[in-house]
Amino acid sequence: MTNKKKRILTLVIGALSMAFGAYLILTSLEENLLYFYSPSDVIKKGIEENKEMRVGGMVKENSIQKKGLMTSFTITDFKHEIRVEFSGIVPALFREGQGVIAEGSFKEKPKTLFTAHRILAKHDENYMPPEVKKSLQHN
Amino acid sequence: MIHFLANPSNFLKLKNKIFLPTLFLTFIVLGLGYAQVFLNVPNDYQQGETIKIMYMHVPSSWMALFCYSFMTVMACCAFIWQHSLADIACKVTAPIGACFTFVSLITGSLWGKPMWGAWWVWDARLTSVLILFFMYLGYMLLTTSTAKSSDLRLARYFILIGAVNIPIIKFSVEWWNTLHQPASVIRLDGPTIHSSMLTPLLIVFVGFIGFFLLTFMMKMEAELLKAKERRKKLKKVRDA
Repeated sequence: MTNKKKRILTLVIGALSMAFGAYLILTSLEENLLYFYSPSDVIKKGIEENKEMRVGGMVKENSIQKKGLMTSFTITDFKHEIRVEFSGIVPALFREGQGVIAEGSFKEKPKTLFTAHRILAKHDENYMPPEVKKSLQHN
Repeated sequence: MIHFLANPSNFLKLKNKIFLPTLFLTFIVLGLGYAQVFLNVPNDYQQGETIKIMYMHVPSSWMALFCYSFMTVMACCAFIWQHSLADIACKVTAPIGACFTFVSLITGSLWGKPMWGAWWVWDARLTSVLILFFMYLGYMLLTTSTAKSSDLRLARYFILIGAVNIPIIKFSVEWWNTLHQPASVIRLDGPTIHSSMLTPLLIVFVGFIGFFLLTFMMKMEAELLKAKERRKKLKKVRDA
């Protein structure tokens, strides 16, 4: 084997072992790398009160209720739902049918209500002019 | 081709031939691209005017990934064929890549505040890009202007180890829940950006590549001239 071939082999073995190492690290970190949990994740794990966390999903259609500064709405992943209440100013992109991430915790009573102290709007990967969106809805 | 370009004088000859045409084309392409952006690109149905930030943010981010990938390929070439010119290519690309990454982080932050409601979050995409920025800075520290060629040889391994971050950045938005949205352009089922917005983006990106080539060629020439100067001085000392 020439020196050049040896060096190529070294690189290939190095790359494979690095990929394997990265795979081991990333899979063992698992859910620590998630920025938020979906409602299904939360329900599967069981609700824990007063534990700081983020829940994310879609804002359910016709679920937003406003009362002064208080906004409450439902986060859904189309399998499970979580009711959220938030006091403060919501981001401009916060609207029904759009993605949202709520940071806060479940309170003791009622246990299923999530109290958020921060709301982040999450938009999807589609970009188009308003006219195109309109004509898509017509079809 | 690789062996031809690994020779400094061949490289400089090619550089002298293509530098001015590249400069000319880059100006035209960037001019056309940004004219489109400010005159023709429609507002987004959700994000309105802020869509214009995309034409700085996305090409910078792609170039940030491109520069590191290029350094990785060059580090492999330097390792396999022992071409010192490939080491120099890595050295001059790092600060360019760092600048692109910085622009990507800043424009992303300026875009994130009005749309998401946050300047910064520690989700997988943003964090992995910040790590990329630190990788560039780390490599630059290892290869400061006083670095010897043996330092450059060692710094190759730094590049190769850091390369594992590149696929992580690309797929972070698919593997984990992130605030950052998934890819819109480079995806299996085709772009999810309307063509009226996508075409200018691609034109601007071509301009960014031209800009990279220009800075790369200039920095390579400067670096090669410095090395020549150093050899001359050494020779003088030896002769005296």
